[in-house]
Amino acid sequence: MVEPLLRVEQVSMRFGGLLAVDRASLSAKAGCITALIGPNGAGKTTLFSIISGFLSPSDGSVVYDRIDIAGDPPHRLARRGIARTFQIVQPFAGLTVRENIAVGAHLSRPGRADALAAAGDVARAVGLGEMLDRSAANLTVAGRKRLELARALAIEPRLLLLDEVLAGLNPSEIRDMVPVILAIRDRGITIIMIEHVMQAVISLAEHVFVLAEGRVIAQGSPQAIASDPRVVEAYLGHGAAGRMIAAGGSHA
Amino acid sequence: MRGLAPILVAVALLATVPLITSSNVVLNFLVTTFLIALVGQGWNLLGGYGGQYSFGHAAFFGTGAYVTAVLQVRYGVNAWLGFCIGIAAGALVGAVIGALSFRSGLKGSYFALVTLAFAEVLRIIASVAPITGAGVGTLIKLDLRPEAFQFQSRAPFYWIVLGLVGISLVLVRMIENSRFGAYLIAVRENEDTAKALGVDTMIVKLGAMTVSAMIAAAGGCFYAQYFLFIDAGIAYGPWISIEALLAPIIGGVGTVFGPLLGALVVKTLGELAKLATGDAPGLDLVLYGCILILAVAFAPRGIAGILADLRHRLRPIGPAAPASQERGNG
Repeated sequence: MVEPLLRVEQVSMRFGGLLAVDRASLSAKAGCITALIGPNGAGKTTLFSIISGFLSPSDGSVVYDRIDIAGDPPHRLARRGIARTFQIVQPFAGLTVRENIAVGAHLSRPGRADALAAAGDVARAVGLGEMLDRSAANLTVAGRKRLELARALAIEPRLLLLDEVLAGLNPSEIRDMVPVILAIRDRGITIIMIEHVMQAVISLAEHVFVLAEGRVIAQGSPQAIASDPRVVEAYLGHGAAGRMIAAGGSHA
Repeated sequence: MRGLAPILVAVALLATVPLITSSNVVLNFLVTTFLIALVGQGWNLLGGYGGQYSFGHAAFFGTGAYVTAVLQVRYGVNAWLGFCIGIAAGALVGAVIGALSFRSGLKGSYFALVTLAFAEVLRIIASVAPITGAGVGTLIKLDLRPEAFQFQSRAPFYWIVLGLVGISLVLVRMIENSRFGAYLIAVRENEDTAKALGVDTMIVKLGAMTVSAMIAAAGGCFYAQYFLFIDAGIAYGPWISIEALLAPIIGGVGTVFGPLLGALVVKTLGELAKLATGDAPGLDLVLYGCILILAVAFAPRGIAGILADLRHRLRPIGPAAPASQERGNG
């Protein structure tokens, strides 16, 4: 079997008395979209912060491209090809869209003109071509999500961590965004996405990991996950799966 | 290089002032104004572009001033060489204070307080250490020869400080158009996002602090040569830290011309207030306080911001003009 691009092994993260991530393991196959789902507070974003270097795990290892990167600082991981977006979008509000993206493009392009030109290309790829010279502060939520994505893409990553890029978008905006994400994958970039919009997860992801209370409780194809009773219970509470089956039976 | 023309034009125009007037009052006023613009530009690089608000640029200004003065007075070092060493020493102090405070993760008001504390510690040391002349201060011997960085008239001093301001303007403009500048602004806007995009924020902040300190130290070195006397209160006193941040905040933080515009406005108002109040001690400080409050409340982007807004408002007329000309030609 091909070695996955990223392997998270038995990672734990402790904040004082709180165990936010509890011996979680997951992997991301190169060139695929892997989804990470789970109820609020499950530790998904914490896990992302560990993979991208913002947090150093209390225990366990993160193997990226055959090297243990756990504890490396984020800027060094960015240079190794790991990009992330933030759940709460964080545009450089005082800058234009082009300047925002150029900060990422500068990673491999020291020249200002080069970086600005590359920023234009990336913006067009995510559908921000029209807004290049607009101030980032004036973008709509959908625009900001695209900007977040564009900035991360500009560093030319191999692994892209998307933290709820579809959250807060309306159904038509989500429909517009899905092909953008697929196009990124088709360029050979491996994607791990945290997502609550199940419709999108099912249409995008090849493999899904379910995190609940810091533990990976299930994994598999999106279809298998959607009908897994453990997953239903994690979201809706203990015994919910049984009640649903019973309710479904009485309707039949 | 983008945006250098306005700087060259502004400096060239200002350079003609001593040819028009030899009034010591005018030249002295402009020399002190440019001195503040210079130190303010140092502050602006770190505070305006990098978002790290220092309240202790006196630490760098004073180090430059003392190193220049003490090297000449105690070690007989040539004034010009002392000037260069003073600038380097200021940069070094900036790098050390930067490394200590950024490594400890100090941000915002904590960073401001720590820089203030460093400047105060240096002030107290300078006021007791024998090498600085302790409470008496250090007097540079009068030696009116260009080799000793002293001049009969004020005009050469004027051109030198204007030259330093010009260099600082060009330097900041070049930084603005570089990767380092883009990273510095990214750090100001959002440090975590910058990190995620591969920016080593620690190195960027440290680099900005070092260059910023270097510029402020150049101001200190010049001060020592111009006034030929410094003591702890002048070199490391809070007055220069305040002037250094007031000029760019009034003029427009994070803009190349902000510190120069701000220094001109603040100093002019200061002189007018002195005329109006007949030199009542401390009243100019009251005025500074009021200006700062008004500026932060009503023009947070400073004079440069107001000018940019005006230009933006006038812009729609711009493209229409050539069109009408074409029609005229046809």
